[in-house]
Amino acid sequence: MTTKLFGEPVQRREDPRLLTGRGRYLDDLGPDALAAAFVRSPHAHALIRDIDVSAALDVDGLVAIYTWEDLPDRLAEPLPLLIPHPALTHGRTAYPLARERVRHVGEPVVMVVARDRYLAEDACALIRVDYELLKPVVGVEEAAQSAQLVHDDVPGNVGAHLVQEVASADGRGAREVIESAPHTLAFRLDVERSASMPLEGRGVHARWDADDSSLRVYSSTQTSTSVRMAVAAKLGLPLPKVEVVAPDVGGGFGVKIMHPWPEEVLVPWAAMLLGREVKWTEDRREHFVSSAHERAQVQFVRVGFDGGGRVLGLEVTILHDHGAYTPYGIIVPIITSTQLPGPYRIGSYRVEFSSIYTNTVQVTPYRGAGRPQAVFCMERTMDRIAAHLGLDRTAVRAANFIQPDEFPYDQGLIFQDGRPLIYDSGDYPESLRMLKELIGWDAFPEAKAEAAREGRRIGIGIGCYVEGTGVGPYEGGHVQITSDGRVHVSTGLTSQGQGHETSFAQIAAAELGVPLERVSVVTGDTRRFGYAVGTFASRAAVMSGNAIALACRKVREKALRIAADALEADPRDLEITDGVVHVAGSPHASVPLATVAVLSNPLRYAFDEEAVRATQFAGGSSFDRPPVEEGQEPGLEGRDYYSPIRSTFASGMHAAIVETDPLTAEIRILRYAVVHDCGNLINPMIVEGQIHGGVAQGVGGALYERMVYDSHGQLLNASFMDFLMPYATEVPRVETAHLQTPSPLNPLGIKGAGEAGVIPVSAVIASAIEDAEGIPIDRMPISPSDLFGLRRAAS
Amino acid sequence: MPEQAHEITLVVNGTLRRAEVPGRRLLSDCLRHDLGLTGTHVGCEHGVCGCCTVLLDGEPVRSCLTFAVTVDGREITTVEGLADGERMSPVQRAFAECHGLQCGFCTPGFLCTVTALLRENPAPTEEEVLEGISGNLCRCTGYQNIVKAVHRAAEIMAEES
Repeated sequence: MTTKLFGEPVQRREDPRLLTGRGRYLDDLGPDALAAAFVRSPHAHALIRDIDVSAALDVDGLVAIYTWEDLPDRLAEPLPLLIPHPALTHGRTAYPLARERVRHVGEPVVMVVARDRYLAEDACALIRVDYELLKPVVGVEEAAQSAQLVHDDVPGNVGAHLVQEVASADGRGAREVIESAPHTLAFRLDVERSASMPLEGRGVHARWDADDSSLRVYSSTQTSTSVRMAVAAKLGLPLPKVEVVAPDVGGGFGVKIMHPWPEEVLVPWAAMLLGREVKWTEDRREHFVSSAHERAQVQFVRVGFDGGGRVLGLEVTILHDHGAYTPYGIIVPIITSTQLPGPYRIGSYRVEFSSIYTNTVQVTPYRGAGRPQAVFCMERTMDRIAAHLGLDRTAVRAANFIQPDEFPYDQGLIFQDGRPLIYDSGDYPESLRMLKELIGWDAFPEAKAEAAREGRRIGIGIGCYVEGTGVGPYEGGHVQITSDGRVHVSTGLTSQGQGHETSFAQIAAAELGVPLERVSVVTGDTRRFGYAVGTFASRAAVMSGNAIALACRKVREKALRIAADALEADPRDLEITDGVVHVAGSPHASVPLATVAVLSNPLRYAFDEEAVRATQFAGGSSFDRPPVEEGQEPGLEGRDYYSPIRSTFASGMHAAIVETDPLTAEIRILRYAVVHDCGNLINPMIVEGQIHGGVAQGVGGALYERMVYDSHGQLLNASFMDFLMPYATEVPRVETAHLQTPSPLNPLGIKGAGEAGVIPVSAVIASAIEDAEGIPIDRMPISPSDLFGLRRAAS
Repeated sequence: MPEQAHEITLVVNGTLRRAEVPGRRLLSDCLRHDLGLTGTHVGCEHGVCGCCTVLLDGEPVRSCLTFAVTVDGREITTVEGLADGERMSPVQRAFAECHGLQCGFCTPGFLCTVTALLRENPAPTEEEVLEGISGNLCRCTGYQNIVKAVHRAAEIMAEES
């Protein structure tokens, strides 16, 4: 019997390498490569008057210095706007090196290449850039009202403006519905900036082979295939002459789906020009000021509801801080505005966002990608309704849930993939029931009263979300069984710690009936698979997992057909167990997959003893048919793609109990409970790990992490000393329970799980603090001093 | 003008290694780029994240805050030196068993820290484990399985001693 593999907590196959120092991360490559370093703008907004490199020329080991004026052809143009949208009327992207003007602190101005990084930085320090300072635009509300412009040709600093409206059943708009609702509330919410902050920053290593006119680029990226196309286009190279490989990547969380970064085109260009390997490894300060941030939004909410807490009309107006550029389009505010309704049936919904430029680091998706803000908004709204009506917070949510028999449920909106937002499956009432049981919701008032008698303040909070996962357009998988019986699986999307080598191997082993040890998986290497989109939006398992399953099914079918010939059996009577094809119920009539692989490739020349079986005088082939039949290909391999009609929607509900110190306002999470539904689980151990990590990032966003800009556009806390990420001492133990409502949209019935953990945490913690304190919480993150201030203001 | 180089001798993972380094060369860079031991990672270069933690004469130190020339003649253990030949150490095995790593970038620092922690305190309490690893950042795991792995490593070490 082949061991059951799909759904088992199989230990990870990437671990032995990573645990013994044999991982290969970007900076581990190219020991002899030249090093690149960058002079970056120290000013948030300035004109470049002059760049004087003369003092740097004497630095020992200096190889080259480049400014914008050195860049040829398409490299001198602005970087691509990756995701155009009709509402993004004023999309703007940066040049690889600043041209005449800088728009945020950290924007690259000069690239230096030297023998090593120390020397390259020596040279950077000696380059003098003469700036004419302009008034910076900082803060999204200031920017929306300011006469000062980030881009001279973008009036009002508005890059995009989008309205989506879903009318009520009787055709009325949200505003009208709210006007006539029995109860209405209006309030404002604020979410501050945070960032992905993977422990490995970005990095690029490029190797030009002049004899072969080919380029190999390694990048710490979430999308090697798309980086490849961008590099080929920017450098004017034929696509087949460019290879891009994502090596081991030390975390991504969204920031590495942005591409091409300036360095991803500049480093390969320098490698070609210099005929030497060139490498750039981002340092931590560079990551803070020159990669990407997310989250910052101001939301204005109006809601109308009935006495049972049912939301009749909801109107949300969002100011989204997009930073200095919009290379990733308006995906983040689109996700906020479309995922905001969550698990609820909202009577009538109107959402409007303006995407505003500021002289700060650009905003691109960070794990959750606009959803934490959306859930903060919706769940704060639910809590306010409950408070207003004096109802239990879970009762208000339950009153609004979409019911299990209402799927597929059309929210009437257009999602981030440009397709209708239709929920495929879910069971929200059951999820809530499980959560209440897990956290002990109904018994909490007693515990709270008991704590109060001891002079302690505790509170309980809840947050619910629905997450569109597995967005298209597609992913592919290639599966090859070689004549040694090994199974080689490849897919184009990349890995940053999600354990794809393990979960994809589980899928392949289960589909093919082979031992897991025989399966190896390669991701993110364009030499192995050229067509892919990338790893983001909790899509890898859904997209590549299903593509690999489909490819395996093709291979299996072919294997059974060839084996049937060899065994003189009907393919329908055959099974594959432990890598051996055999007649069901008759283990002796069998042929190993290794032999089937040999037979699949008619040979003229034998390369080993096993291969003799496939040579032309070995007999066994029919003289009436060509060795490779029409419509067939030699080799035991298959390729297939999975392209879903639309996203699949995972969901979850979290609850927390917090304690706030009556004197110091310190906030401590006592318990954290998660009910999670991502359909069928491939590897529950990996899914739980994803949830733990997501919750930890959520705790960071709720209590600690914020990017603090001053009015000059200087990021004041651009180091791990000052930007506080949670250590082990700050993260609560996460108690989890799984609900599995399979997706009807894909063969494996799975939904994405990568981002889930982070999404509702700010909402949950706000809800719990509000419960403990009795003070409305309307902004995140919240520090002890913030809470102290709120207490003083309330008293 | 070329920088002055200093010859230093280190015992790294039990092997005598020599390197010529400028005075400003960080130990992390020396290990990674002069000695080719890239298992030691650099996450912040200002001593906060702990990715670069190695054992200096058995004690965990931040190799990104240490100049290579200052440890001339000392013994260093990096992640490459934790296993006993092909057999991973109890700490390494426990991390695999408990899913205590995801992207693996912070892992070498945790492994060195935990190896030293358990040598000092073979049966730490929950509080002591949290305290012991509270100088290392991980952005992937949420620490829960790392904490579990530390307890499991203690268990394996007790079983095998």
